[in-house]
Amino acid sequence: MEPILKARGLVKRFGRVTALNRCDFDLYPGEILAVIGDNGAGKSVMIKSLSGAVQPDEGEVWLDGKPTRFASPIEARGAGIETVYQTLAMSPALSIADNMFMGREIRQPGVMGKWLRRLDKQAMEKFSREKLSELGLMTIQNINQAVETLSGGQRQGIAVARAAAFGSKVIILDEPTAALGVKEGRRVLELILDVRSRGIPIILISHNMPHVFEVADRIHVHRLGQRLCVINPKDYTMSDAVAFMTGAKEPPEAAIAA
Amino acid sequence: MSTPTTHTENFEAAAAGASTDVAAFEERHKGLVGRFHEVLHSTPAIVPLIVLVAATLIFGLVLGHKFFSPFALTLILQQVQIVGVLAAAQTLIILTAGIDLSVGALAVLCSVIMGQFTFRYGLPPHLAVVCGLAIGTAIGGINGWLVSRVKLPPFIVTLGMWQIVLAANYLYSANETIRSQDIEQQAPFLQYLGNTVKFGGATLTFGVLLMLILVLVLAYALRSTAWGRHVYAVGDDPEAAELAGVNVHNTLMSVYMLVGFICGLAGWVMIGRYGSVSPSATTGVIGNIQSITAVVIGGISLFGGRGSILGAFFGALIVGVFELGLRMAGANPQWTFLLIGALIIGAVAVDQWIRKVSA
Repeated sequence: MEPILKARGLVKRFGRVTALNRCDFDLYPGEILAVIGDNGAGKSVMIKSLSGAVQPDEGEVWLDGKPTRFASPIEARGAGIETVYQTLAMSPALSIADNMFMGREIRQPGVMGKWLRRLDKQAMEKFSREKLSELGLMTIQNINQAVETLSGGQRQGIAVARAAAFGSKVIILDEPTAALGVKEGRRVLELILDVRSRGIPIILISHNMPHVFEVADRIHVHRLGQRLCVINPKDYTMSDAVAFMTGAKEPPEAAIAA
Repeated sequence: MSTPTTHTENFEAAAAGASTDVAAFEERHKGLVGRFHEVLHSTPAIVPLIVLVAATLIFGLVLGHKFFSPFALTLILQQVQIVGVLAAAQTLIILTAGIDLSVGALAVLCSVIMGQFTFRYGLPPHLAVVCGLAIGTAIGGINGWLVSRVKLPPFIVTLGMWQIVLAANYLYSANETIRSQDIEQQAPFLQYLGNTVKFGGATLTFGVLLMLILVLVLAYALRSTAWGRHVYAVGDDPEAAELAGVNVHNTLMSVYMLVGFICGLAGWVMIGRYGSVSPSATTGVIGNIQSITAVVIGGISLFGGRGSILGAFFGALIVGVFELGLRMAGANPQWTFLLIGALIIGAVAVDQWIRKVSA
């Protein structure tokens, strides 16, 4: 099977700091791929190279077998790759609905929308409310609330809802459950499984080993700016995975090839 | 950790029976101040509106009919039309977390271009006005490019552009004024915005109408179009906006070019207001500070992303009311500046109070 998203030999340096050191990456159709690694291993930079937020110095990326080079996150989004960044990418003073539809606003039908470019705020609010309810974010009282008035977990929930609602090819989640409560974290996992059942593959970066081992089909272990190995969660334990990513244990030969 | 036991596994399942209602709380009795604060928080332009109405009423009570007449009140509109248009432009820049020191100078340069193109090169006045607007837009575009692509701070870019434009304006015009009578005889279209409409005692010029329409159109665009939302998002947090899918460069370029265009309009309004074309009009030197004053009194945050253009318009009117009212009362003009200084500080203090969501 051909990977839907593939990268070979990605290199990214920030001055004298090497963030990615000839990194490879494969995501297959319909799978949940977890990416684990120590802090500073280069997970986020790898993700940003795939989503267009960072341009790698060397290396190539293929989407659907075609060589691709995203100059900006907007291009990647146009190609159907939706990302939840660690920083969440929200405008604090704007409302939840404004943030959900940032860069893909719905205009009113007819003359008002076409010539006066008037936004259909009602439709956007209704859609946002539905998506938040799907995620179980019932503690949000007002969909027109400014995002700055929400808690960190609620903001993260909105970012996840936004990605899940609009991603059509690949959804990338960078630490999506870090700030969430028990119930919302569980909902995000259910949502991830739900998205996979719609046939959309997911890249999940997480430090939460129980979550990773529960939902992931394969686990990409990242170490020192490289893919160290790829393991099947059914064949290894959580302590094995932690040992690999911290360098306490050498990864098995077979996993390196994968 | 390798063999997760059941008692640690299942705590999440307890959330299965969670409530599915949207959270709602009993409204806390907030009292008058609390409710007032809430209204202010949702519509920040109300503060300058209250100050404007209060100032008008106080001057009206003290000065009587002299001030509280359609003639005097529309005179205020005429006196603020140039600053009002510049304040609309300044608002756009400040919403993107920038500041534009070149607006006044650019307006003067555009008025000089409209005049000189007509009188020096013999262009039809309509075409000269179009040229003035186009050059204003182009200079705005240069500002935008330096801010967005070269990543220079807007303060530095426009501080330099202010001097460049002002000097170019004196050099190009050779510091010559085009007299009002000459324009009236040979190119009356240049003074088009000085035409008046009268309702009873009220006198409105086309320039005033242009200012009102401009403010309303921009208010609509900022509130109800995707472009407007992007302007706020870019001013709020440009990095987040970029990651969320806003083309930050295009948004900034469109804002700076639009501001250049509006400065061109302000130049045209100037010819209508003064009749003549003068390269040494005071707008070139103090137009920037006047527009920033209106914007700040109007409750727009200098940090970007917050405030409404109606506020800036009210801010410009407040300054106009103080100027005319105090002049009619026979006060020393320095009182005007003193009060406006106090208003600026007061406006920002009120803004800080409104910001506190939990009051």
